[in-house]
Amino acid sequence: MTPAGGAIRLDRWARNIVPVVITLLMVIIGVTPVPVPYYAIVAPSLPLMAVYYWAVLRPELMPRTAVFAIGLLQDVLSGVPLGVNALVLLLAHAVLLHQRRYLVGKSFWMFWLGFVMLAPAAGVLIWLLVAILRGALIAPDATMFNILMTIAVFPLLAWILSHTQRALIGQGN
Amino acid sequence: MVNRGSGSTVVGVVLPVKVWAQRFAFGLLVASAFTLMLLSKAETVLIERSQTAVVDAVTPLLEVLSQPAQSVGNAIEEVNGLFLLNAENARLKRENALLLGWQNEARRLQMELDALRSQLSIAADPIPRAIGARVIADTAGAFVRSVVVNAGTQDRLLRGQAAVTVDGLVGRVAAVGRRSARILLLTDLNSRVPVVVQSTGDRAVLSGNNSARPKLTYLPRDSAVSPGDRILTSGNGGVFPPGLAVGIVAEVGKAGITVQPLVNYARLSYVQVLDYGPDGILPTPRVTQPTGPTPHAAAPVAEKPHPPTDPATDVTTAAKAAAGTVP
Repeated sequence: MTPAGGAIRLDRWARNIVPVVITLLMVIIGVTPVPVPYYAIVAPSLPLMAVYYWAVLRPELMPRTAVFAIGLLQDVLSGVPLGVNALVLLLAHAVLLHQRRYLVGKSFWMFWLGFVMLAPAAGVLIWLLVAILRGALIAPDATMFNILMTIAVFPLLAWILSHTQRALIGQGN
Repeated sequence: MVNRGSGSTVVGVVLPVKVWAQRFAFGLLVASAFTLMLLSKAETVLIERSQTAVVDAVTPLLEVLSQPAQSVGNAIEEVNGLFLLNAENARLKRENALLLGWQNEARRLQMELDALRSQLSIAADPIPRAIGARVIADTAGAFVRSVVVNAGTQDRLLRGQAAVTVDGLVGRVAAVGRRSARILLLTDLNSRVPVVVQSTGDRAVLSGNNSARPKLTYLPRDSAVSPGDRILTSGNGGVFPPGLAVGIVAEVGKAGITVQPLVNYARLSYVQVLDYGPDGILPTPRVTQPTGPTPHAAAPVAEKPHPPTDPATDVTTAAKAAAGTVP
């Protein structure tokens, strides 16, 4: 192998881990204190958006184990019972792998619509799991706002991610 | 890498195996998620250690990321402050005059207290060491109300210590890593704080319910609590030191008594963790426990003593009537 070949492989490898690294970063950014009243309670779920984006557009760069690790990091940092986000992201990822053909190559509105269907399901499932594991019903209003926030912020994050993709990774396939 | 020269037979075998392995991996990961749920429900030491280790590992990154957000917040506040400079100055002057009066009063009371203590030979309450820490992760979300701060065992933080700000009690240290710790806020579902109502001297437990206002529970049925009453820690159970300001009674209704915490969680950027040394909060057990008023309760309590036990029915109706007069 020539040194140039090695450099190309290293370069490709570095580009290929971008989606997972960005999503892990989203988890950390998601818990960063924002000095806006009540922001933390309704903060959008950035990792869900990122997993959705990459699982639909570049599924080979968002493997299952990475999705699990992303969910687990979110569980640990946000202090919810371990496994909750890991499971929900894993299930969302599995559904997306089956349904992505309806979303790939369509308009942005379709892409957003797919997320509009996924986000409430994921939010409600997390709410249910937390309620069961903590043994108490949690007022659903915060979860509702959280879902709405997540849906509303999605276009912005998708725009940022699409620029990142164009700059660093390319369309693939 | 599949050797392309070896023909389709290899691919023919590899592909189903790959599909099977992928399905197996999915099942395995789902099973791991459920196992983790059960393990974290059981609150095993191993799980907690690994959790704090992960938070510790991410702490440097969180410290860096939380800095600009906080700077922006501070800048906004500063600009706001510039506009309100005159009004703020006038307010502070008024407040200063008032506080100077209180300072004199506090000095006088301290002298009186020292004199009385020496007569009764009661040991003074231990004075805690305050450990300052910055909030680096705000996870006070819909499901859990907690924050992560950048201090841990290396700063002598211990589980169970009280975290406060100048306004009052924030919560308790729930998990400690080497350089980070999670603080469970008063509003969390799992938060239980033994408190006392300052005006009546009634003891109760402040129970978080993941809403902005925790509830006052286990209050004596004859208690005449009304909105505006101050809630302090009682020191019962030895978890929190007594006398820390906690909140103000916000609402007394059929659904229960809610308390507005004094700490503004939306603007929480620094906390102080109170360290009472290796002996903890209660180095010596209290010999006598006065049944009626607490040390914090002022004179009005003496005028209307409550039977601490045996809540008789007629008293309950009286309390209800008293509660009913509250708007």
